[in-house]
Amino acid sequence: MKYMLMLKADPQNQQDRMPTDEELNAMGRFNEQVIAAGAMLAGEGLHPVETGSWVSYDGEERVVTDGPFAESKELIAGFWILQVASKEEALEWARRIPITSGAVEVRRVFEVEDFNQENEYVQQEVKWREEHEGQGRTA
Amino acid sequence: MARGTRGPGPHCVTKHDAVEAVWRIESSRVIATLVRLTGDIGQAEDLAQEALVAALEQWPDSGIPKNPGAWLTTVAKRKAIDGWRRKSTLRDKYHSIANEAPDAAAPDDLIRDDLLRLVFISCHPVLTQEARVTLTLRLVGGLSTEEIARAFLVPSPTIGQRVTRAKRTLAAAKVPFEVPDPRELTERLAAVLEVIYLIFNEGYAATAGEDWMRPGLTREALRLGRILANLMPREPEVHGLVALMEFQASRMAARTGPDGSPILLNDQDRTRWDRLQIGRGVASLARADALGRARGPYTLQAALAACHATAPSAAKTDWHLIVALYDALAALNPSPVIDLNRAVAVSMASGPDAGLLAVDRLAGIGALAGYHLLPAVRGDILARLGRWGEARAEFERAASLTRNERERAMLQARADGAPAD
Repeated sequence: MKYMLMLKADPQNQQDRMPTDEELNAMGRFNEQVIAAGAMLAGEGLHPVETGSWVSYDGEERVVTDGPFAESKELIAGFWILQVASKEEALEWARRIPITSGAVEVRRVFEVEDFNQENEYVQQEVKWREEHEGQGRTA
Repeated sequence: MARGTRGPGPHCVTKHDAVEAVWRIESSRVIATLVRLTGDIGQAEDLAQEALVAALEQWPDSGIPKNPGAWLTTVAKRKAIDGWRRKSTLRDKYHSIANEAPDAAAPDDLIRDDLLRLVFISCHPVLTQEARVTLTLRLVGGLSTEEIARAFLVPSPTIGQRVTRAKRTLAAAKVPFEVPDPRELTERLAAVLEVIYLIFNEGYAATAGEDWMRPGLTREALRLGRILANLMPREPEVHGLVALMEFQASRMAARTGPDGSPILLNDQDRTRWDRLQIGRGVASLARADALGRARGPYTLQAALAACHATAPSAAKTDWHLIVALYDALAALNPSPVIDLNRAVAVSMASGPDAGLLAVDRLAGIGALAGYHLLPAVRGDILARLGRWGEARAEFERAASLTRNERERAMLQARADGAPAD
């Protein structure tokens, strides 16, 4: 399954300065760890929220609003898309992100299997699970 | 999230699942280190397992430690020393472990080397192909016996036996825990890539009587490929294999219709191809080519897949380049199946007449007698030439030769749909 880790905009990452070498190195080490585990699908950092714009929709109407915005805390400053085996694994990666304030939102990404519950493979796996239920984990 | 939330507290209970998530991330490196120290995969796995049990007992109260991989390795090393103390093998073994203070985290480079050795021992030539696949998924992929069983749709005990037998074979053959020397490396690496691609194909073109794909296996293969690309960044074929798998997997959503029937590449809805994945494929292919060596078979296949993946439509595909890439692939790896694919590309690049000539030349050799795709391709080209009667006969022959039900139905439908000449 795929998870998206969204780094929320926060005074620390929205300051008008480039990250320090130390911060860059720490993030680099984290990213290396994710890559070495084969889990990294994508990861990008975004320019400060205030340099972005909003496009809002009302019927056929489009209104473009330039930053800065009042509630920038809910906006994202960067993201990772990870291939993981469980939500817990996504959370474990999120715990390892080297930041000291703010928040990261962890959300599952829709994939093709989510829409194909009728297909034979999914049904076969359901059957397999029923047949093998209760055998327990043997790691 | 701040480190503080790792600790115990009403809002932060470390559950069993969270410990297993750490295990999936860390287990291969823990086991790799232990194999180096003990020289025995079975023992290494047992020790790692004991460390996992300790984590399951302790982490719910203490929280997940700051460096969980080092924690697991340290606990396992202590258990190893305890075990050796009880027996009398301590003296020999103690040196290797004592030289490395049990609490010190091993340097990253050493862990990487150990992991690479683990990859090579899991795909060692003394093992059967089946054993290599199982051991790689288990030791390098960190999958449980049950997860592997589920992926291959066989009972767990079967997988458990495969693992036990494989360990016994490695121990009996006294296989050293090492990266092959440069003289052997190409051949041994080819075996590793073969195992990964086999896992991928088992997921992509499920052979166990099924017509559907097993996305779980294709993703595990891709993960293994990416891990290996990180361990061996100077080997172009590793990047080539990753690129090939990315391109193929990018089409998974478009490969079957709502009823599970296969959809041929040229008929696929390209808007359903995963663009992010195609981008990763392009990047991996570029990494392979940037190493400046002649393209190997995986890189060539990746380049072929890239032609399709980056073309806006079947008609706008660079079929001449595809013909040239098949020529290069055939020169490296002569095979009538490659020649047949080349003939299809010729028919797209230079028209159905040229394609028919190429197919008939192949049919004349007889190497593909009984292979259903030969009449299927010939039927397709004849249909494009408007020679419907001959096309129908070829589709019927192809339908009678395939063992895949879905494919048979599709070919029969094409035969039935052919208008009278």
